[in-house]
Amino acid sequence: MNPRVPGSSKNRGPALVGAGVVVFALVVLWQTTQIPVSPLYSKVGPTIFPYMVAGGLLLLGLALIAQAWRGEWGETDADSDDQPTDRRSLGWLALGLILNVALIDALGFVIASTLLFVCTARAFGSLNWKRDLGIAVALALIAYLGFAKLLGISIGAGVLEGIL
Amino acid sequence: METFDALMQGFAVAITPVNLLWALAGCTLGTAVGVLPGLGPALTIALLLPITFKVEATAAFILFAGIYYGAMYGGSTTSILLNTPGESATIVTALEGNRMARKGRAAAALATAAIGSFVAGTIATIGLTFLAPVVVEFALKFGPAEYFSLMVLAFVTVSAVLGSSALRGLACLFFGIWLGLIGIDLQTGQPRFTFGLVELLDGINVIVVAVGLFAVGETLYLAARHRYGNDEVIPMTGSLWMTVEDWARSWKAWLRGTFIGFPIGAMPAGGAEVPTFLSYYVEKKLSKKPEEFGHGAIEGVAGPEAANNASAAGVLVPMLTLGLPTSATAAIMLSAFQSYGINPGPLLLQNQPQLVWGLIASLYIGNVMLIVLNLPLVGLWVKILQIPAPLLYGGILVFATIGTYGISQSWIDLLLLYAIGGVGYLMRRYDFPAAPVIIGMILGPLAEQEFRRAMTINQGDPSVFLTKPLSAVLLALALAALLGPHLYRRLKR
Repeated sequence: MNPRVPGSSKNRGPALVGAGVVVFALVVLWQTTQIPVSPLYSKVGPTIFPYMVAGGLLLLGLALIAQAWRGEWGETDADSDDQPTDRRSLGWLALGLILNVALIDALGFVIASTLLFVCTARAFGSLNWKRDLGIAVALALIAYLGFAKLLGISIGAGVLEGIL
Repeated sequence: METFDALMQGFAVAITPVNLLWALAGCTLGTAVGVLPGLGPALTIALLLPITFKVEATAAFILFAGIYYGAMYGGSTTSILLNTPGESATIVTALEGNRMARKGRAAAALATAAIGSFVAGTIATIGLTFLAPVVVEFALKFGPAEYFSLMVLAFVTVSAVLGSSALRGLACLFFGIWLGLIGIDLQTGQPRFTFGLVELLDGINVIVVAVGLFAVGETLYLAARHRYGNDEVIPMTGSLWMTVEDWARSWKAWLRGTFIGFPIGAMPAGGAEVPTFLSYYVEKKLSKKPEEFGHGAIEGVAGPEAANNASAAGVLVPMLTLGLPTSATAAIMLSAFQSYGINPGPLLLQNQPQLVWGLIASLYIGNVMLIVLNLPLVGLWVKILQIPAPLLYGGILVFATIGTYGISQSWIDLLLLYAIGGVGYLMRRYDFPAAPVIIGMILGPLAEQEFRRAMTINQGDPSVFLTKPLSAVLLALALAALLGPHLYRRLKR
């Protein structure tokens, strides 16, 4: 693998992450100025810690950018092999997560998480979707019954949950 | 003798059939999640936090402690048979343990790991038993300024000293503190960082953050980087009965590992990586057969495994006596205390002796259960290792959903979970540690409280942190820990 050298394109990812930290710090700073402070607490008010956090993050973000630029980030785990990020897998996972969030209120936990399971299995390279579907339904039902009935934790109502 | 009596009372609590069942459930579950790559004790305890609304405190903590100890035992099985360390503390075990397994000595490696864990766990629990009251005596003298400075020291050591990069660790710590600040400020009633969302007024639940980082982020990372299914599980070979030579080479390593692991774990720095690496190094130096290291030296499994378990017990010392968590798991246990309205700290031992001593007693019992679960029944756990990755991670995400959606039945929490999962993915990708986020989130608000208390007592004069001698010493230590490694490197050059 290529060693990281100052200014090389391999440093772009880390530098972007550093820039992200800086942007985040600025958002924190801006939000901190929006916190109303009563004069009663002006010395040790609710904004002291937020200002410290914003300042700390800002400095760290800048230092991270500098570090990335000089190629001193060190080897990240992802560098040790030259495989590109598997976008197809990520896509399947994202699909599963989006379906889950979109459907869980309308159709209930069991159906939504069954779909999540099948998509996740696909993301990890499983092509046997019939088997996955069977296991997913069984697991979702067991998990639902375990949490809802045994531990008494409500996980919402839904199409299947209403029947059970 | 007072301690001894208290411990006996603790055994009376822990030995009731119901509590024994909780301990067994915890140990079994803990071993399972320790064995499974991608699952850890922090995630598991976070997912089970909702039971704190249903189960009484003693039972819940006996369960959590079982998971905590069990995961240490289970993790070694994975490192030895799969060469994929389940967690950072078992990296060293994989080094020699996997080599032993490849040479057909898997059983002996598993045996020395399990027995070493038992020996270390038991000795370290004895250490916890007698050290905790002493630390409490000392901690009772702490005021808000001392507490704040102690937390600063813990912040620096867990984020800047351990781990590969001080900058990245600190960035994660500050991110965690920020997460902890979200919601209504308890002193003034002002909402902070809620972005106008009613859902955020109560703050972000630690379950969402822990599950997002450890389950969703990890799953995204593994899928994107194809880090699954590449390792073969080495079949169990050899006899579980260690030979005389194995015993002779192991027992000293166990003891040395224990005496390295427990003190380091008990310091406000915590962490299990340093003691395991240190123990490995010591064993390599002292071994009569150093040439075997790298090719399956049994001391290289025995020492670090003992150090790992001993430091796990050590972490409970600052946690129970000072309310100072130094690992992600301990931080989540602290939030379990908070959900019972209990504040861990010097007064915990006085106010909740049943709970604390029952918990400590159950650790002794748990160690016995765990050695039985992990030696004769090791074949069962090997089966668990063979669950195919698609099903394993599908299951992990389903449980992540249930744990999060169960908090409030709101899809906003799920969305938040996935957003934090996305952050977790980037953190994994660019080598940012997750533990400082959790520790910052739990400990940050407490640090703020102590800070403001100390400042208010002194009419807003920040010099109080430097004029109180103990506070000044703690801050100086923090500064040294922060700058020391850097200066050392400069001087060496």
